[in-house]
Order: sequence, then structure tokens, then C-alpha cells
Amino acid sequence: MTLSAFLFQALNGLASASGLFFIAVGLSLIFGVTRIINIAHGSLYMLGTYIAYSFATRIGGGLGFWGGIVATALIVCVLGALIEILLLRRIYRAPELFQLLATFALVLVINDATLWLWGSEDLLGPRAPGLRGAVEIFGRQLPSYDLFLIVIGPAVLLVLHFALAKTRFGRLVRAATQDREMVGALGVNQAILFTSVFALGAALAGLGGALQVAREPATLATDLIAIGDAFVVVVVGGMGSITGAYLAAVIIAEVKALCIAIGVVDFGFITVNFSKLTLVAEFLVMAGVLIARPYGLLGRPQGAVRSVAEAEDPIRPAAPGLKALAVAVLALLMGLPLLAQASPYLLVLGIDVLIAVIFATSLHFIMGPGGMHSFGHAAYFGLGAYGAALMVKWLAVPMGLGLVAAPLIALAGALLFGWFAVRLSGVYLAMLTLAFAQIVWAAMFQWEGFTGGSNGVIGVWPPPPFNSAAVYYLLTLAIAVIAVLLLRRFLFAPFGYAMRAGRDSPLRAEAIGIDVKRVHWLAFAIAGGICGIAGGLFAFAKGSISPETIHVGRSIDGLVMVLLGGIQTLTGPIVGASVFATLQDTVMRQTEYWRALLGLIILLLVLAFPQGIVGAVAQIFGRRRSP
Amino acid sequence: MSVLAVKSLSKSFGGVHAVNQVSFTVARGEFLALIGPNGAGKSTCFNMINGQLAPDSGEILFEDKNIAGLAPRDIWRLGVGRTFQVAATFGSMTVVENVQMALISHGRETYGLWRPAASLHRERAIDLLAQVGMREAADRPSRELAYGDVKRIELAIALANEPRLLLMDEPTAGMAPRERNDLIKLVKQLVVERGISVLFTEHSMDVVFAYADRIIVLARGRLIADGDAAAIRENPQVQEVYFGTGKTFAHAQGAAP
Repeated sequence: MTLSAFLFQALNGLASASGLFFIAVGLSLIFGVTRIINIAHGSLYMLGTYIAYSFATRIGGGLGFWGGIVATALIVCVLGALIEILLLRRIYRAPELFQLLATFALVLVINDATLWLWGSEDLLGPRAPGLRGAVEIFGRQLPSYDLFLIVIGPAVLLVLHFALAKTRFGRLVRAATQDREMVGALGVNQAILFTSVFALGAALAGLGGALQVAREPATLATDLIAIGDAFVVVVVGGMGSITGAYLAAVIIAEVKALCIAIGVVDFGFITVNFSKLTLVAEFLVMAGVLIARPYGLLGRPQGAVRSVAEAEDPIRPAAPGLKALAVAVLALLMGLPLLAQASPYLLVLGIDVLIAVIFATSLHFIMGPGGMHSFGHAAYFGLGAYGAALMVKWLAVPMGLGLVAAPLIALAGALLFGWFAVRLSGVYLAMLTLAFAQIVWAAMFQWEGFTGGSNGVIGVWPPPPFNSAAVYYLLTLAIAVIAVLLLRRFLFAPFGYAMRAGRDSPLRAEAIGIDVKRVHWLAFAIAGGICGIAGGLFAFAKGSISPETIHVGRSIDGLVMVLLGGIQTLTGPIVGASVFATLQDTVMRQTEYWRALLGLIILLLVLAFPQGIVGAVAQIFGRRRSP
Repeated sequence: MSVLAVKSLSKSFGGVHAVNQVSFTVARGEFLALIGPNGAGKSTCFNMINGQLAPDSGEILFEDKNIAGLAPRDIWRLGVGRTFQVAATFGSMTVVENVQMALISHGRETYGLWRPAASLHRERAIDLLAQVGMREAADRPSRELAYGDVKRIELAIALANEPRLLLMDEPTAGMAPRERNDLIKLVKQLVVERGISVLFTEHSMDVVFAYADRIIVLARGRLIADGDAAAIRENPQVQEVYFGTGKTFAHAQGAAP
């Protein structure tokens, strides 16, 4: 590779960095002031591209394009203000997780609204009027529009920087970022401040999306990709730091550009295709930065972060009534194969539900009693599923051995990732776990020779007698019951108490000799191992495993299941997983707009039943929350 | 022999010498108060002894073992109990479970995955609660308790590992005068029974002068006085640091902090 080609890629990287910066800076500002992580920020960015596309094609010309970009920013700005006023304002005092969930519901709703309005085809906008040409740089043609993007990123950074440094609004934003309570105590109208910050962040995302219209097609997949990238940028740069956001955007875009520029390198003993590393490169950067600087490059430790775990009742062994109910449900589940003769689909559903129960219960184990909000639980599901499937594929091991290996491989992965993750807490822990999950996903996706790439591993069918759905269902049921009871047992044992002690008051726990990090690390590993069982069962149930089944969506599904059931109860994840998996397999498959439906269910849940299904039922029956 | 010997302890933050060459000892069974005006370096000094902060220089000898720079949990394992200025308990546990947790940790059973914790050391925990007068509250969630009662729970927790030295950071902060006296009386009775040495910081002078065996005074990071209540009261340097105007401790006694 020549130096000029290298420099050319670096310029390309700078153009991409501007796009990353626009979305990340809004996310960062909003988090700094409101402490809400707006997962729907990627959706606002996506909307920006779609709206700008409509302006550019309907009105056309310079006015339609350039005027459309400005109008788009304003429209998304208003939309952001509406979201803040109608939804977020109601949940500022809710637990952090509910805020995440609510904004995730918005992602689903906005995605389906976009599908409804613009259809599912990718839409490529016109080239920018006045900037259609290209400039020759380093002997290559760089589109003039990219040059424009390279300039506009730092320009907006400067404007924002001065606005924050010199204006009253800017001072309030900076003050709130440092100490939100104090700003409120000094008599600042928080409602207006929050709304305007949210609107500003939304406008920046809309502008960023709109500017992409001449560069990339508008597609429905943009929202999650954009938010993933933005998270990485914000976490690397430091939450609330706009300069950090730009710096991180440049670093990440450049690392990606570098990977593309290097291309395939033959090291003699192994050939590495660096351009395939782009998917994982940003997460490697993030993991590295978080380990070295837990608050990001230019971030500072957040003052006065509200405890994420709400006050919780002591756990108590199941009351006789609940035990009787559990036995009755178990008997019913064991009888399911008899019922299934009429409707064979019932068994498939049953297997899906049971796998979801293991998945959600293991996630709840660290999320609830451990207070560690993992956004990457799919990693351990994936390690278990791929671990079992690959052993069958390459070593031709029997199913039994595959199912034993699944949790062990997941456990090993969780031990490794958990060691880093427990060094952080709150949002940063969530993001690091997400990064690890993305790394696992990207490895499975890109290591084609070994994992089958995007096709995954196929032909992982169970041998007789387990090839009968009824028998496999009973096997799954037995394993699920054992897994759930095991995790319960751990929670009532000293180890489970120590986990909760470390969550309730790390200072006090350390002061009575508990090594909180080690306890949480082992808890993380146990949860990962149990989750691996779910992955192994899944692979044999479906006969295959592919990267898309272990993507970020599965991690989010797990969060929804746990919160749907109620995080403060031990039966919550079981109920949540059952309801969610059933809904997913039945209602949601009936409609094209299942995402919007799910989103609305989540919003209803967050606004009306913040304590989850089990919590709400317990309250209706007028007793204290039961375990 | 002294239980605790602090030698030339120093800690700076930026250019500020928060604690500057401080040395003192705590004798076996002694009830020693560490006092000083706001910003004198009490908390810094205290947090170095309990392991929250690592000193820049100096030694902290607990029973002749240097504990400077050890983690709080390792210091606790050696036999040093501790209560917090803002009382902290495990909110999701009952009162008795809070004490059981400390007993479980003391018995090195933290990593047990099988036997239910609820039955472990329950009797011993109830016994400790009875000693601090909180037996009736044993099965209530600890976060429902009044603040004064939480302080008592903390005391029971602090006694769980049979410490030989107890560190108490402002044990009576945020309590009414009556409660304050009751608590300190209880502490004194419990530690005398067990021969535990106590080092405590305190803002309410009535408590300090009524109960401390000996008092040491910090001002601007330096130790300026060391003696019994009468000696400290008469010490001109202490009077100057605290009042500057010629008022004496006689006036301060019984007044709200």
C-alpha cells in the first residue's frame, strides 16, 4: 500500500468521523444533562436521512436538498422536544433501566413508522447540488461532498463549544452535566432545560442523518447501527464531553479506515484480512479505552449518580401458595406433549419459552441481585450455541457432550469478559458488556472458514430419540427446571447474599471483608455459564445457529423479559420470559408491524406497571412483593 | 503495649497537606477521641487507618503489623471493626441478615453456594442484636429503621468479627442529644466488656469530654494536643484553634454542635 492511498483513506475516515460526531454529540449532551441514555437517538438520525430524502426528491434542486437538510434538522428538533415532553418527562425518576427500555420502545415504534411511511426499500438520495464533482487529492478522486463533510464536523464542534462556553444556556448545560441536583436547587427551571437539551441533541442527530442523504442510502437498519456506533464514540470520548465525542469519532473512523486501507496481509503462517476487522475494530478500541480510562478519554467520573437499584425487599423462600402454583405449572408443562397432539406447534413454542426462561433468569441473576446491567448477554448465549454447534460440526461429538460443553465455553467467555466488566459500573458496564457481545458476534460473522460466516452452522440436529419434538421438549424442560432452581439456590446461599450486599452498599460490604469485585465477577461467570446452556439447547432445537440469532437484539430481548416480569422479584424473569416469548412467537409473527406493537407494550409497561407483571400482581393482591 | 500506633502519617491532596507527620497511639482498652475543627484532617487520617485512602508516607501499626495501604477488607480481617459516619446497611436484607452477613464473611463462608444463608449464624446474630437492644427488630427490613436504630445495627455488625480495635467515624452524627448519650454509653459498655480499643472522631464535645479516656486534637493537618479532658480544656493552643476569641469549652459543653 502506498502512502498516498493511506492518506486518502485517512481523509475518507475524517468524512465518516463527522457523521459519527453528529449523532454522538447529541447523545452525549442529553446524557450529560438528563442522565438518560437515549437509545432512540439512532432512530432520530435515521429519520433525518429519510426526511431529507423526501425533501430532496419531492422538491428537488438546491432548495430541496440544502433547504431540506435545514428543515429536517428543525423537524427532528421538534420531534425530540415532543418525545421529551410526552414521554421522558414522566420517567426521570424511574429506575435507569426503565428509561433505557422506554427509549428502546421508541426505537421499535419509529422503525415501524418509517417502514409504514417510506417502505422497506433502501432509498438513495440525489447527489448534492453544487458539490457533485470531485477533487483530486493524492492522485485520487475525493468527492467534493466528502470534503464538505470533513469541514462541517469541526465547524459544528466549534459552534457548540462556544455556545456552551459563552451563553447562559451553555453554562446551565455544563453546570447540569456536573451536578444536576445542584442546578435544580439553584432554582433553574429543569423542565425547560431538559426539553431544550433534548431538542438540541435531536436536531444534531437529524442534521447528521440528513447530511448522509447524498452519501449513503436511507435504510431501516440504520437506527441500531448508528446507536451502536454512537455509544462507542460517547463512551470512548467520555460522557458529556463534546470535544471528546469528536476526538473519539475521529479515532474510531480512522481505525476503521486504516483497517480498510491495510486490506489483506499475509503474515506467512496466517493471512489476515484487516478490512473484515472493521466491524469489531471500534469495539476493541472501546474495550481498550474503558480498561485504561474507565470514564473515557476526556470524561470525568460522574458526580452523584443515583443508585440504579431501587430499594428492594428482603428475599424470602417461596411461600406455600407459590410453591403449590409452581408444582401445578410444572405438572401442566410436563403434560404439554399430550396436548400437543392436536397442535404440534405448541411444543415448538414450549421449547422457545423454556430457552427464554433460562436466558432471562440467568440475566436477572446479575442484573437484579448483582446490580450489573448487562447489555450483552447474547454473547454467552452465542458462545454456548456456537460452542455446541461447532463441536458437532468439527469434532462430530454427540449431543450430550455438546450440551455439556455449551455452558463451559460460555463460562470461560464470561470469566474473561466479566473480569473487565466488573471493574466498571452503571452505564459504562452496560456499554462494555455490549462491546464484548459485539466482538463475539463479529467473530462468528467474519470467521467464515470456521463458523460458516453469515450462514452460520447448520445440520446440528439432535439424534434419536431427541429428534422427536416431544422428547426434546421434555429434555429442555428438565434442564430449564434444574437451571432455574440452581440459580435460586445460589441466591439464597451466602454467595447470593454477598452479591446483594455488594450491590446495596459496596463500601459497607468491603468493610466487612467481602471482595465485592470478585463476588460480582464470579456471579457474572455463573450467569454466563447458565446462559450458555440456553444457547446449546437453542442450537439443537433449531438445528442451526447463525450470527443474526446472537445479535444485539437478543440482548435487548433479555432486558425486556426481565423488566417485563419485574426485576425485584425472583419469579419475575420466568413470567417475563414466558410472556415475551409467547407474544413473540404468536402475536408478533401475525403482523408486519410487530416492532411497533412490542414498543407500545413496553411503553405501556413502563408508564403503567413500572414494577413489572409479578410486582403488579403482588400489589393487586395487596401483599408485599414476593420473591 | 499499644494496639494501634500511627507514626509520621502524611497525606497531601494537590498542594494541601491534609495530614502532616501525625503520630499517636491507642492503648489496649482505651477510648480515644480524635477531634479538630472542620478541615483539620480527621477524616483523611481516619480513612488512611481504615484503608479507604493510601498514605503518602508513614506507618500504621495494628498490633505491630503495618496496615498502611491495605484494602479495607484486609484490615477488617485482621480484627479492626468500623462504623460509618453516614450509617450504611444492606437495604435489601433484614436486620438480622445484615449481622449474619458479617458473621458469614468472618467465618469465610462468603463463597458458599449451597446451604441457605438464612440459617447460618442466626442465633449468634440475634444475640448480638440483643446486646445492642435491637432484638425485636431482627426480622424487619433494615431500610425501614429509624436512623438511631441503624447506628445500633452498625454497632452489632462491627462487633461480629470480634475486633480488637473499633474505628468509629462520628458515631453520633445526626442524632438528638438524648439518643447520642444512650448510644455512646452503650458503645462504652460493650467495648469495656470485651476489652476493645476504640478510636473515634466526634463533633459533639459533650460526648467527647464526658466519655473519652484521652483526646487528641488535629488542626490544619498537624497534631497539636494529646491528653485527658482536663488537659485539653486548658490547652491554650486548642482554645485558640477552636475559638480564637477566648471562649472556653466550659461554654461549649452541652451545646448543640
